[in-house]
Formats: sequence, structure tokens, C-alpha cells
Amino acid sequence: MIPSAFDYAAPTTVAEALGVLADAGDDVKVLAGGQSLIPVMKLRLADPAMVVDLGRIGELSGVRDDGDALLIGAMTTHHQIATDPLIVEHVPLLAQAAATVADPQVRHRGTFGGALVHADPAGDMPAPVLAADATFILAGPNGERRVAAADFFQGYFTTAVDDGEILTHIRVPKYTGWGSHYEKFTRVAQQWSIVAVAAMVRVEGGTIAEARIGLTNMASTPLRATAVEQALAGAPLTAEAIATASAHAAEGSDPASDLNGDAAYRRHLAEVLTKRAVIAAAGL
Amino acid sequence: MASSKTITVEVDDVSYTDDVEPRLLLVQYLRERLGKTGTLIGCDTTNCGACTVHLDGVSVKSCTMFAVQADGHSVTTIEGLARDGKLAPLQQAFHQCHALQCGFCTPGMIMQSASLLTENPHPTEQEIRDGLEGNLCRCTGYQNIVAAVQAAADGTVSADGTVSADSDEAETAGVA
Amino acid sequence: MTITEVGRARLRKEDAHLITGRSRYTDNMTLPGMLHLAMVRSPFAHAKITSIDTSAAKSSPGVVTVLTGADVAAEQGSLPNVWPVTAEQKAPAFPSIAVDEVAFAGEVVACIVARSAAAARDAVELVDVSYDELPVVLDLEEAFTDKVLAHSNLDSNLSATWVFDSGEAGTGKPIAEALANAEVLIERTFYQQRLIPAFMEPRSIVVDPTSEQITMWSSTQIPHILRLILALTLGLPESKLRVIAPDVGGGFGGKLTVIPEEFITLMAARRVGKPCKYTETRSESLQSGHHGRAQVQKVKLAATKDGIVTGLDIQLLADMGAYLGIIGSGVPILGAFMYNAIYKFPAYRLECNNLFTNKAWTGAYRGAGRPEATFAIERLMDELAVELGMDPLEVRKKNWINNEEFPFTTVTGLEYDSGNYEAATAKAVELFGYDELRAEQVRRREANDPVQLGIGISTFTEMCGLAPSRVLGALSYAAGGWEHAQVRVLPTGNVEVVTGTSPHGQGHETAWSQLVADRLGVPFENIEVLHGDTQVSQRGLDTYGSRSLTVGGMAVLAAADKVIEKAKVLAAHLMEASEEDIEFTDGKFSVKGTDQSTAFGEVAFAAFSAHNLPEGFEPNLDSDATFDPQSFSFPHGTHLAAMEVDTETGQVTIRKYVCVDDVGVVVNPLIVEGQVHGGLAQGIAQALYEEAVHDDAGTLVTGSFVDYLVPGAPDLPHFTTARTETPSTTNQLGAKGVGEAGTIASTPAIVNGVLDAVRHLGVKDIKMPCTPSRVWAALEEAKTTGGVQ
Repeated sequence: MIPSAFDYAAPTTVAEALGVLADAGDDVKVLAGGQSLIPVMKLRLADPAMVVDLGRIGELSGVRDDGDALLIGAMTTHHQIATDPLIVEHVPLLAQAAATVADPQVRHRGTFGGALVHADPAGDMPAPVLAADATFILAGPNGERRVAAADFFQGYFTTAVDDGEILTHIRVPKYTGWGSHYEKFTRVAQQWSIVAVAAMVRVEGGTIAEARIGLTNMASTPLRATAVEQALAGAPLTAEAIATASAHAAEGSDPASDLNGDAAYRRHLAEVLTKRAVIAAAGL
Repeated sequence: MASSKTITVEVDDVSYTDDVEPRLLLVQYLRERLGKTGTLIGCDTTNCGACTVHLDGVSVKSCTMFAVQADGHSVTTIEGLARDGKLAPLQQAFHQCHALQCGFCTPGMIMQSASLLTENPHPTEQEIRDGLEGNLCRCTGYQNIVAAVQAAADGTVSADGTVSADSDEAETAGVA
Repeated sequence: MTITEVGRARLRKEDAHLITGRSRYTDNMTLPGMLHLAMVRSPFAHAKITSIDTSAAKSSPGVVTVLTGADVAAEQGSLPNVWPVTAEQKAPAFPSIAVDEVAFAGEVVACIVARSAAAARDAVELVDVSYDELPVVLDLEEAFTDKVLAHSNLDSNLSATWVFDSGEAGTGKPIAEALANAEVLIERTFYQQRLIPAFMEPRSIVVDPTSEQITMWSSTQIPHILRLILALTLGLPESKLRVIAPDVGGGFGGKLTVIPEEFITLMAARRVGKPCKYTETRSESLQSGHHGRAQVQKVKLAATKDGIVTGLDIQLLADMGAYLGIIGSGVPILGAFMYNAIYKFPAYRLECNNLFTNKAWTGAYRGAGRPEATFAIERLMDELAVELGMDPLEVRKKNWINNEEFPFTTVTGLEYDSGNYEAATAKAVELFGYDELRAEQVRRREANDPVQLGIGISTFTEMCGLAPSRVLGALSYAAGGWEHAQVRVLPTGNVEVVTGTSPHGQGHETAWSQLVADRLGVPFENIEVLHGDTQVSQRGLDTYGSRSLTVGGMAVLAAADKVIEKAKVLAAHLMEASEEDIEFTDGKFSVKGTDQSTAFGEVAFAAFSAHNLPEGFEPNLDSDATFDPQSFSFPHGTHLAAMEVDTETGQVTIRKYVCVDDVGVVVNPLIVEGQVHGGLAQGIAQALYEEAVHDDAGTLVTGSFVDYLVPGAPDLPHFTTARTETPSTTNQLGAKGVGEAGTIASTPAIVNGVLDAVRHLGVKDIKMPCTPSRVWAALEEAKTTGGVQ
């Protein structure tokens, strides 16, 4: 319950934060909302010598319209993501997923960027961001660089963010008019996802024109269910066609086995939940 | 050794300035430095919600924030909820609906309920249950807690908390 | 006597300070110069301690001292077990701080005493302990083989074998005959998973050794028993120790225990001469507080073809964990008298084998033995119904004790006081809409609906009011089962009620006030109930086993009656009347046949001022009473659960839950209903959510609330609760007890409902908790084994 002692800095600009990080050495943790970092520090599973708190950098918070995309500050809270009018209009999938993260108190503190950089395979934000083909904007000692979502998640709790870098914004293309749904499966409400499916579909007439499916907790990183997406493209808007396509959901996945179910169960869940997510997204 | 930081925090309408170690959690600051022991600690993994307070008006788990993060902010605890010697409607409702037994989850449960009603003044039963997902209670099975939040939302809490004998009977399960 | 308070849904006196944050939980305490403790715990489930180096920890900033097992070996003694269930029972020594060997992961190996909690915690990292790992035994059936021993200095894992045989006891027929002649024989093995009480307030202890009398505040259910055991174990005169249980945040049996940390904090405080505090983290609480359930039940039920049960044979393996807790050995025995439940079959045998494993020790958890027993018999009644193609309610009706048969002596020899299973069941069936739900179940089956519906039934009884002292004596329990109360009459006529019960959420302050208000005619508001401090409540046996009202409440009434008797003498004197002519009603003493009367308060003041007392009359009206029940009381009820099973995911949902409980006469229906709700939640949690899981090395995997899944508000349904009222005949109030009813009844109702939903698909059983993955796996297995009927 009591973390190890650490030094603390609370820069007020990104430039200042990068400077602090550059001086801090290796044993440093960046504190965003802290809803994952502080618990592991309390359990002393992490004991950084220095913590750099991004909470006082105003420019990292908020959502703004950026033409064909939304530019979301990394320090925007889950609660803001779940309720922001721009997100609800243009990428409702993000709002739907953010509304399922942990619990209301955690959503008030926990941040979009923090959850993405934490990259917990059971976290709810990575799969929707992957499905949406977002772009990650990183600031570092050598300036800004952009990383595609497909390249951002590299492994278990591992991302493309290098030492000395911070994630400042996430640029999420607009999917205005698409149907979307985040189907999350847990044993108790507050639990991390056992498996979850993020689905967006664009329906034209009686046909699914395009689908984007992200899977949560089906591997060490979020996955795109590309086989399902391909099978759905051009498929008739029927429950049968969706069920047939969803049978491909677990292809290429590598889920873990744990107390909540083994890999075979998770593969099965991925199929069922994909079917349900797509049906809900399509408004069937 | 990590150097301490000076923070100024308004807690329950009083401004405090203190030197704190960066590792000091907000809940520990409230309990150990300010004597605000009404806010309780029930777990170490941000699950139970017993430590819930309001930070600038919204609910947070004070075990999952460092006190230094609260510098310049305003905190309301269960001890600051009653105004002018009058219980807040939710406090009254928890009493009236028998929404507490051992009382340990109660401060956090009331603070989260208050935040919930601010965001959604007229919640359904399901919305209340979902809104309390981050607060564990081991005594009540939640039924009377849900009823209390509903009563506070509906404004059916009596000012003095008394209930007539007739309505007492009506609120509990009948006997054959 | 005019009854005005008993039966009223009085709002609780306890609430005001709890809803405003003016609480007095132990961890809220701060004393001048107080030091803080942190424990160094074994990461291994079984190991020899080869060395402990505390030098770095001792020189860490703020550290006052570090204690190891060797440091306190001479004084620490062994945590006692007070329930030797057989004369031959074996128990390893249970030191507060391990000395040579650790037998479960989480056992204390050293204690840091420091100026701040942070300094203590920091120093934990600096204690260097070397271990030689030993093989671990974790599984009960494996423990029974003795291939691996949980303690290297014991030659067997078997602590005791306790047997009840109705043939030998003379309370029924021999079981062998019943099994041999069975027309139908149902054999099953049920697994009662290990559970963790998970009270919301982590345990906390403060010890103040300054002054001549040591004071301990502890988050305990049993301040009186704790004082006695600390005194006996540490060689301290009882009179030099005061134990206070201030506000206590739930217990559920988990604080019906004495814990190493209580002993360690006391020893540390004595050593350093300063107040010491220890508060466990939640992770420590889950890992090293006692656990509950943890049994394997091998059961055989014999019956006739028309559904009459003729005998029940039980072989139990009961997990004691690494040590015998204070009453861990007796928990399965409490259940042994309840396997026959509400049924009147003639032959019964139970063999209980108490076994050691390398896990945290076990003890009472809400229901303590009775939930396990009730689960087994209620599951079996459903299995019998399936076997015979009968409605499960019908099978129960054929076997239960009819209302006109009470009092009824069961096959275990216990006399059931009263009951009306017909009335409770009829009411439950009506509230539930039983026939409509059965019809819907048929429709869903026929439609091959992906969501199937099942109906779960549990018609339970339990034994409340622990306990008649002579019965406890016969079961070799070390103490009695009485309860004590004192009614103090203040000069104003206001009253203080001192109770030996130790509430931690049950609302005794409210309920006892209602009892005394009726008896003395003193307004509810003018009564204070005092408890949980051995200096105030000098005698008591505390709160557990749904005993408080049926034992402690009766002591309160008896003490109030003594006050009246004494006051009558003084009232007669004051009114110059004969004692025989004094009547007491509605708080007034009056002289029969006259309009002369004097109020209770006037008599109280006269007794206080003592200016005009009868010859030999001692000033003041205070009275004590101790009540020892002559028998138990047996609440009962019918619980019905409509369960939906999503056959695609295995997810289980409670669609409707109806329970009709008969707890006898009710003092406060609001409190009774609250107890039922909370009990239901815990019983449902066993059926669906909770399990203490260890890895192969014996480490608790479910070591935090991230993995030990206590259900939240969205995970539980709205319960429909109702009551019937069949007064108990074993106490003057007619009350029965309610604390454990919901927990005992709900687990089998839920599991029976889950199985009823999927049995037609070929599923025969699902282990608890019925998780989605287990339900799905059972459905898959049924498909591959062609189990579809």
C-alpha cells in the first residue's frame, strides 16, 4: 500500500517534460492518470526512482477537430472520451469502449494516452484505436514522430514509445455515419476484459460495405480480425452472414490461458462476441 | 532520499499547506496528516472504492492519486458532505433505506453515489448499479444501497429521517 | 406488557456516525508516540528457514527494532485450537512468527517496528531470509494419501477423523442397511471451493502498553475470547489486559479468530513500551487471514423408487490448511448435524477427515459447515428428482418434516423446535410464478433457445443460537455458549444496556434498544447499548453463529426482568403497598385495584438517591443476567432462483430470485431483510464468482480484488424477499436467527438452477464457482460425449 520513495517532477509543458526525462536516467516512469501505474507502485511491482507527472501540461488534454480526423490529447480522461460530443459523433466506438473501462472513478482519472502506452492486453482502448487506424504522435528529444497504430503495439505491455519520449496526441480518423459497438465479456462488472471485440461497420443498402474489427486480449497485443473484415466486406446484412464471417475471428490470435478461461475458450468467445458486436454495430 | 514537496489543497472548505513526500497517497494525506479518517482504505488495487472522494467535484479513488497531484485542487470527503449541520440527502437516504451495515464501504459508496447523481440526476436501477461498479460492499447485497440512491434521486427522503410506523412496514417484506 | 417496539422497522442508531465519517475503526486510531509494524512474510508455501539477517533492516531509517521467531520463541507460545474434535486430534504448533519452518505462503517470518508505516514497509525489503524449499501438498485428496506431508515434523496430514453414525448413536438406523437395500442410490462428489471472508475492513490492531493495564484495539468479532486467549497464551494476567473492538467493518466469521498479528503487535508493544499499530493490506488479508469452506464431499443417498429417502452417507475431507485455527477443526462438525436438513430419513453416517495442507488455515466463514451440508443435501434432492423424473419440489415435500410433526427429533438427535415448510414453500412458489417459469423453460428447450432457463430450489434449515453449553461440552469445545447482559438504570430513568455480544454491522444497538424499550417502558431513544470493550462489557462470548439475538438478546431480556423485580420492591415501599399488589405496565408501577402509580423514572431516581429505601434494599436498580440456551433454534426457508444460461458463452445470469425465510419472531424487519440480502450475496458469490486459487507452488493466485471476484452491484439481482413467521419454542421471544440464512440457502439454489438449465443438454455437474468457462466447457464435453438425453 506504500510505494517506494521516488523523486517527482510535474512539468507544465511538453518541452519541459522532455527535458526532465532526458535528465532523469533510466529509472523513470511517466505518470499520466496513474490508474494502472499507482496500483503497481503500491504493490511495489514497480519502484521507479523518478516519476514525471504529465498532469499539469494543459496542452495534452482535450479533443479537437482536425479535418478528416480528431486530434485527442493523451491526457484526455476516459470519462471525457466517453462523453465528448465530437467523439460520440465521429468515432463513437471510442466512446463506447471508454465507457466500459474499469469504473467511474477510474474513468475520471485514467487517461486515453496512459491506457494506450500501458498497453495491457486486457485493456479496452487499444483494440478500438487499432481498428480505427489511429496515428500516435510522439514527442522526443529529436522532435516529433508519428507511428501508425499497427506499429504502435509491440508486445506485452510494450509499445513503440522509446525512453525519453512521450505520447502527446492520438489522431483518429473520422468514421462519421459508421455503426459501431464494443462487446466486452467479463465475469464481474469491474473486471478487466476476458475478451472484447471492437467493431465498426459501414452499411450501404442491404450490404456491409466495410468492417473494422479489433480484438482485446486475444494476444499479447490488440489484434485486427482481418479475416472477418474481409469476409464481411460486401456481405449481405444478415445475422447468418455475420455469423459465418465471425467464425474467422480467432484466426491468427494467440490468447493466454488464465483463471478466466483457457486459450480455446477465448478463441470461442472471440467468435461469439465478434458476431454480437457486428450485429449490434450494424443495428440488426 | 526523495525530496518533499509543498502542496496546498482545499479539503472540505479548509485550505491546508503541507510538505509531503511524493509517494504519499492522497488517502494517506487525508487520514494521517489531516485526521480525515472518515475516508477509509479497503484494498490496495483500486477495486473497492472505500476511499472515494471528490476532486474538483468528481469522484476519484484517493488511494490511486498521490497527494502532490492534488496540489492546487479542491477535495471533498464524506466529512464535508453535510452542510450547515444538515445531512446531505444521500446520507439521509442511506440511513432511511438501511443501506449500510458495518459502514466501512459507506463513505466511498455515498461519495460515488453523489458523483453519479451529479452526472445523471435520474438514473434507472441498472444505471445506479453500473455507476457503483467500482465500490464493493460485503454486507448489504447492494439492494438497499440502490434503493437509497433511487430515493435520493427521487427526492423521497424525509428531512428528519424519521419514518412512520406504517411506512416502515410497507418498506419491508410482509409476513404471511 | 404492551408491545410497541418489537416488530418495528426502526431505523438504526448505529448509522449517524458511519454516514458522516465520524467512524472509529481501529486503523483510525493514533496514539502519542505510536510505532508502526510491517510483516515480512514467507513467499514459499513450505520451507525450512535456514537463516534470517535483519541487520540491514535494523539500520534502515526510522526502524526501532525487528523481531524474528527466534527473538520471541520463549514468549510467543502457540496460537491455540479450542476445539479438539477427537481425543487423538493432532495439531502442529502454530507460532505467531515462524521459527524453523513455514507451512503456507504468507506466514510471518519477521516483524519490523518503525516510526512510520512507510519506514516499516521500506525495511521489509531489507530483511534477508534464506529458505530451503520443501515439497508442498495442496490438494485434499492427495493430502489424504500422506505422500507429501504438510509439516515435516508430523507423520501424517490427518489431524482427526470424527464419525457420527445414527445406528451407533441410537438416533436412527444403521446406514449399511439403508445403502444395501436402496432401490435408488445416488453417488456424487461435491467440491466446496476455498473461499475468503473478504470483510471490507482489513484487520487492524493497536496496542497501548503504557500504564499498568495493556489495551488492545482490534478489528475482531470476539474481544472477550481474544482477551482470554491472549492472556492464556502469553502468560499475562487477564486482569492486565483490556480488549476493545471499536467499529468493526464486517467479519462473516473471518474475524471469529485470533491471528498471529494480534500476538505479534502485543509482544512488540510490550518490548518497546510504546503504542504499536499494525494494519494489514488487502493483499495480506486475502493471503494470510483464514479461509473458509474447502471440503470434498463424497456422498451417497439411498431412496425408494417413489422418492422416499432412506439414508445418507457422507465422507468428508476437510481442509484445515497449515494449522488448526481457533475453531477450524470444528467447522465441519457444525455442518455434520445439518446434512439431514428438513428431511426425516432414518439412517445417516458422516465421517469427517480433517487434513493439513500448505495453505492458509481455515476457519469460520458465514454459515461455517452448514452451507456445505445444505449444498450437498439440496443438490442430492435435485439429483434424486432427476433420477425419478419427479418435480424437485415434490421430492422435497415427500421427505420433509410436516408442520404437525414438530417438535421433531432428527436422525442426528437434535430436536427441531418448530417449522412450517409447507407455508414457506407455498408462498415462495406463488411469488416466484413457478408454474409460468416451468412453462417458459419448456418453450425455450423446444425452441433450442441459445439462452436456456433453469429453476433452482433450496429448502433449507440451519441451526442457530450457538450454543447450549452442555452441547458444546459434549462436542469437546473448550468454552460455553451462554451470553451475558447488564441493564444499568441511570438516575434519570434512562438506561444503558451492556451486552456481551460484539456487533460489527448487525445493528444490536438498535435491536437491543427495542427489546428493552418494550420490557421497561423506557423510550427507545433513551436507551444506549454498550459493547465491544472488556472493561465495559466484562463478560461475554461475542458474535457469530447467528447467536446474538437468540442467546444475547435473551440475556438482555432476563436482565431487564431482574430490574423490574427489584424496582417492584422499591415501588411497593414508596407507595406503601404490598409487593404482591404491584403491577408494571407501560413503564409504570401501579397498585392493583387503585389509581396509585409511580413512573419507572421516579423509582429509578429513588433507588439512586437512596433516601428512602426498604430495609436491606441496595441502592440502584442495575441488574445482570446470563442466559444459557437449552436448545438451538432452527430457522428455515424456501429459496427459488430462475437462472439463465447463455449456451454460446457459458455466461450465467440470475433472472429472478425469490426467498421466503422463516426466522421466527422478528424484532426489526429492516435489519432482518438487510441480513438476508447480504447473506444471499455471499451465497451467490460462492456459486458463481469466488474461489481462492493457488498455483502449483502454493502461492495464492487470487491474492487481490483484481482476481478474487467479490461481486459488485451490477453482478447481483434485485431480490424478492418475504417471510413466514413460525415462533421458536426454545426462547421466550420466539426468535430464531437470521445472520447466515441467506448464505446457506442461496448457493444450492443457484447451482441447482444452472444445472436445471443445461441438464437436458447432457451436463451432469459443474464445479463451483460456475464460471462462464466452466459452464461452456461442460456444455462442450456433453456434446463430445454424446451426453444429450
